[in-house]
Amino acid sequence: MDPSFLLVQSLSGLASASSLFVIASGLTLVFGVTRIVNFAHGSFYMLGAYVAVTVVPWLLEIDRSPWLFFAGVLISAAVVGLLGVAMELLLLRRIYKVPELFQLLATFGVVLMVQDAVLKIWGPVDIPGPRAPGLRHGVEIFGQRFPAYELFLIVVGPAVLGLLWLLMHRTRFGVLIRAATRDREMVGALGVNQALLFTGTLFLGAFLAGLGGALQIPRVSASAQMDLSIITEVFVVTVIGGMGSVTGAFLAAVLIGQLQAFGVLVFPKITLVLVFLLMAVVLVIKPWGLLGRPEPAAGRAALPEGILSPRGFGGAERALLGVAVASLLALPLFGDAYAVKVATEVLVFALAAFSLNFLVGNGGIVSFGHAAYFGLGAYAAGLLVTKGGLPMEPALLAAPLAGGLFAALFGFFVVRLSGIYLAMLTLAFAQIAYAVCFQWVEFTGGDNGVVGVWPSAWASSRHVYFYLVAACALGAILALRHVIYAPFGATLRAARDSEPRADAIGIDVRTHRWLAFTLAGVAAGLAGGLYAFSKGSIDPTMLGIPMSVDFLAMILLGGIQTVMGAVVGAAAFHAIKDVFMPLTDYWRFLLGASIIALVLIFPRGLGGAWGALRART
Amino acid sequence: MAEAVLDVAGLKAGYGPAEVLFGVTLALRRGEVAALMGRNGAGKSTTLKAIMGLLPPRGGKVRFAGTDITGLPPFRIARLGLGYVPEERRIFTDLTVFENLEVGRRPPRAGRDAWTPERLFAVFPNLAEMRGRRAAAMSGGEQQMLTIARTLMGNPDAVLLDEPSEGLAPVIVEQMAEAVLRMKAEGISVLLSEQNLDFAAAVADRAYVIERGEIRYEGTMEALEADEHVREAYLTV
Repeated sequence: MDPSFLLVQSLSGLASASSLFVIASGLTLVFGVTRIVNFAHGSFYMLGAYVAVTVVPWLLEIDRSPWLFFAGVLISAAVVGLLGVAMELLLLRRIYKVPELFQLLATFGVVLMVQDAVLKIWGPVDIPGPRAPGLRHGVEIFGQRFPAYELFLIVVGPAVLGLLWLLMHRTRFGVLIRAATRDREMVGALGVNQALLFTGTLFLGAFLAGLGGALQIPRVSASAQMDLSIITEVFVVTVIGGMGSVTGAFLAAVLIGQLQAFGVLVFPKITLVLVFLLMAVVLVIKPWGLLGRPEPAAGRAALPEGILSPRGFGGAERALLGVAVASLLALPLFGDAYAVKVATEVLVFALAAFSLNFLVGNGGIVSFGHAAYFGLGAYAAGLLVTKGGLPMEPALLAAPLAGGLFAALFGFFVVRLSGIYLAMLTLAFAQIAYAVCFQWVEFTGGDNGVVGVWPSAWASSRHVYFYLVAACALGAILALRHVIYAPFGATLRAARDSEPRADAIGIDVRTHRWLAFTLAGVAAGLAGGLYAFSKGSIDPTMLGIPMSVDFLAMILLGGIQTVMGAVVGAAAFHAIKDVFMPLTDYWRFLLGASIIALVLIFPRGLGGAWGALRART
Repeated sequence: MAEAVLDVAGLKAGYGPAEVLFGVTLALRRGEVAALMGRNGAGKSTTLKAIMGLLPPRGGKVRFAGTDITGLPPFRIARLGLGYVPEERRIFTDLTVFENLEVGRRPPRAGRDAWTPERLFAVFPNLAEMRGRRAAAMSGGEQQMLTIARTLMGNPDAVLLDEPSEGLAPVIVEQMAEAVLRMKAEGISVLLSEQNLDFAAAVADRAYVIERGEIRYEGTMEALEADEHVREAYLTV
């Protein structure tokens, strides 16, 4: 291959690495000090781009000078920095001490709210930005033309790294940030006002995300999908580099940039799989990333209190359950087709949510990408029927197999980590699965998915299919519930409550967790397969982050302390969504606000409320 | 009798459902070194943490230099001039010696020479030689000296010193005793928690003995040393 071509390829890899690093450095700094993984970091990046496509053209009207372009970029970053301050003052400040699952969910609530706000302010159409004056030309490098702006971006990354190093080592603010990264309580005991330090850190972090977004405008249009696509890449960079390490983020960004630049020559469609392989290799050798260190355990509430000792149903509850199941099963006899459709979906989501709470509530394994196994089950079933020409029955068998297989594969890496690292890794895996389904258009139908996923003739009536779903979902839920009550479930709870103690009495914690993860994947895969046939189609939203968050919201609403709460939560969530979503254009905004409210004022969910009521009587 | 710089009355605290302190009352007089003695788990460290606001007090009152500091956040208490040296040292291991001191730096107080790294290096000559070294690369004794120096950078009027002789080699314990006496000579009042009677006897003027979250004895250090009964009951293991 032509060496000059390789050079240019490598340079373009460095340019993307630079942008990625600028954004990731902000996330890793904020995490280091506050110990919060800020999902809304991607939203800050998106806002940086939107503010810049608004401000920069306005400044260039005055004079088309490069200085005004960069002044506009810095102004945009500063505006986003101030939004970061607002987020710290209004939300983060209240959740520093809550379990990290709630922190992730609350910051995801902000993501949803920002998405609707952006659509409202800037509209649904992508907005292209102006090119940078003075950097619009191409530069000749060994006979190849290379955009000058990309060359400039290559310089930005190391420059930001250098400036951050100076800030961290030569200013009091930086020294305090580094001290707080190790032991923030002690910093407080030495007279430092942590609140100010945290607010300052959020400004810096959001500023860097905004800067990353604003610098992108000559390359890509500002669009409402920027937030979730970048946050996954940034998560991968920070996990590989080591959470909290700025230099690690730089190394990881350079590695990933090069891998993508050259990977695109070898596997043009699935460069993300290469990134996944890199991440897997790094995490097996260094579980805390290249330059990361194990989490200082002090004062860390990793998990919300999960299921304590599961108890059987009391008489009243058994009767209630009987009535609920009987009326559900009788529904097709008097309900209309729409009611049957909703009930079918509720059953599917109940199984998915139950399998997630099997991990979260019972096992203490906070998966942030459970939709992956749901969606992979759906894709396995859907593709076998449409492309493989198989009938429904074997396809429905393949769904749990696919869910379990991928859960076993991803879980092998996932169970090596714990807490926030684990949550981010599950999310990254889910996004990779999403990206493959999204990008591999010939096989998966890309964004549109595949239609024509219909049940066999005997099950094609809505009513019959409903009973099929009811049998599968209720059967699987009962089986999983049985596992929770069995010694295997108790072992998982023991490992959740104290990993070292479980280890010390001879429990192979990792293997148990791996099995649990796989089992939950099997159940989620089955739910996904059932869902595919009920909708008649498959598409990538089935394994997207919003779907994973829906599942988490269901178990949170139902209460993760209770065994059956997930089922109630799924029903309540789906019913609420079904009633309110058509009524408003701001469904995501409302959902985001509700998730935040749930975290702040109602963290024990409906099941918790029922438990409290029961305890009182 | 000198006025009390720190006045603790009926202090209660605990962790979760576990109550640890059942009303601790003690006073630290201006310019003195007082020792809070007791066995493991008696409530020594908990008392210091609750005074410092690191553990929210569940009852009682803490006054420092005439101000009610009960339930204030730790940084406010530190800014009023109460320093805290934790038992586990809690050095910022990624930072250099010099940077560790920088984290502790607060503005000088009226009528007193401010502590500077140079002044502290004169008191702790070991630290001077390693000012640019990462704290992770220091020995335990050196780290202990650094925690004290770091707290002194805040120019405190009084210092809470949690188990200063714990786990240190005898020669370092001696240096530690010198450091405590040096603080006293500088006019800093010191309340230290301690299990080691010899160490306490070498530095303290008065002693309190705590057992199961309550003060069981109060007296001069000499009196405690002479009182075999109290020592048997509350201190010997």
